[in-house]
Amino acid sequence: MILMREVQMDLISGEKMENLTSMEKIRLILDKVKTGRIVVLESGLTPAEEVRLIEMTMTEIRVDEFSGIEIESYPSKKGGSFFDKLLGRGIKGRMTVIGPANQLRTIEKDQFQISTKVSVGD
Amino acid sequence: MGFINSLKVSFEVWINRIFKKKRAKIGIYGPPNAGKTTLANRIVTDWTGAASFGTVSPIPHETRRAMRNEGVQIKADGSSIELDIVDTPGMATKIDFKEFMAFGLSEVEAKKRAKEATEGVIEAIKWLDDLDGVLLVMDSTEDPYTQVNVTVIGNMEARGLPLLIVANKMDLPEASPGRIKAAFPQHALVPISALEGSNIDELYKAIATHFG
Repeated sequence: MILMREVQMDLISGEKMENLTSMEKIRLILDKVKTGRIVVLESGLTPAEEVRLIEMTMTEIRVDEFSGIEIESYPSKKGGSFFDKLLGRGIKGRMTVIGPANQLRTIEKDQFQISTKVSVGD
Repeated sequence: MGFINSLKVSFEVWINRIFKKKRAKIGIYGPPNAGKTTLANRIVTDWTGAASFGTVSPIPHETRRAMRNEGVQIKADGSSIELDIVDTPGMATKIDFKEFMAFGLSEVEAKKRAKEATEGVIEAIKWLDDLDGVLLVMDSTEDPYTQVNVTVIGNMEARGLPLLIVANKMDLPEASPGRIKAAFPQHALVPISALEGSNIDELYKAIATHFG
């Protein structure tokens, strides 16, 4: 008999993320990842949000429960108006994949492609 | 980052650019085992004559507290700059105590190191708010597209602060600084071996001109 195991993958639109505060975005991602889901963000996080996500992840690491996240995004793209750049808002987030560190593994990454492997736990 | 904070950071960046600040607080960042503390030790020893200020180890996350060395005067090519150098703990998105046990640590030691390592990552992140620039140390033998590299570079670009990439471990035969340059072509890069000191004078010239 072949046992089929499943992994839930949540693809979250840019529109949904735009309507959330930074803390709400981070909470949403971590809550999903901690239950074993893989999250794909259409438009990613800002660099400041990425670093806060790492910070929050560190506070939630627990021995034998949660060892952290695997997160992969492309290098940021500059953009926006003159005033966006003046205010440091000229960096646009890009497609990002986030999952539990013990399940998601990056195989290869360059500026055009991210290849990952998802392992299914017991 | 709020509107007022963004405006404040941008204003400080412009003022510093206009008046060419000659003292700067520089953070040494990078993934674990990229050679950050080896580089920090070399800079401090070369320019102050002091003994090294950090312990180096093959076990990841040896540096778990940021260490600052103030007033390091670097002179190169007619330029001079006084640096406060902050050697930060390795940045990571995951920390599993079992990885430390593979280096021979007991379970108790490994768990303690893992806990301290998570605190170290948070400390490194907090320091980003208080720096004038970053030396991002990458292991030239490794894939440069790590999320730590992408995130640190993204944050420095968003803040408009100077960043210099140090392609370390050039003493190893598989080193490939070209791969790092191809990944982040918009940033200056200096290939060195912090361990052997090769090309270190080029790094000092770059530091003096880049952060001065």
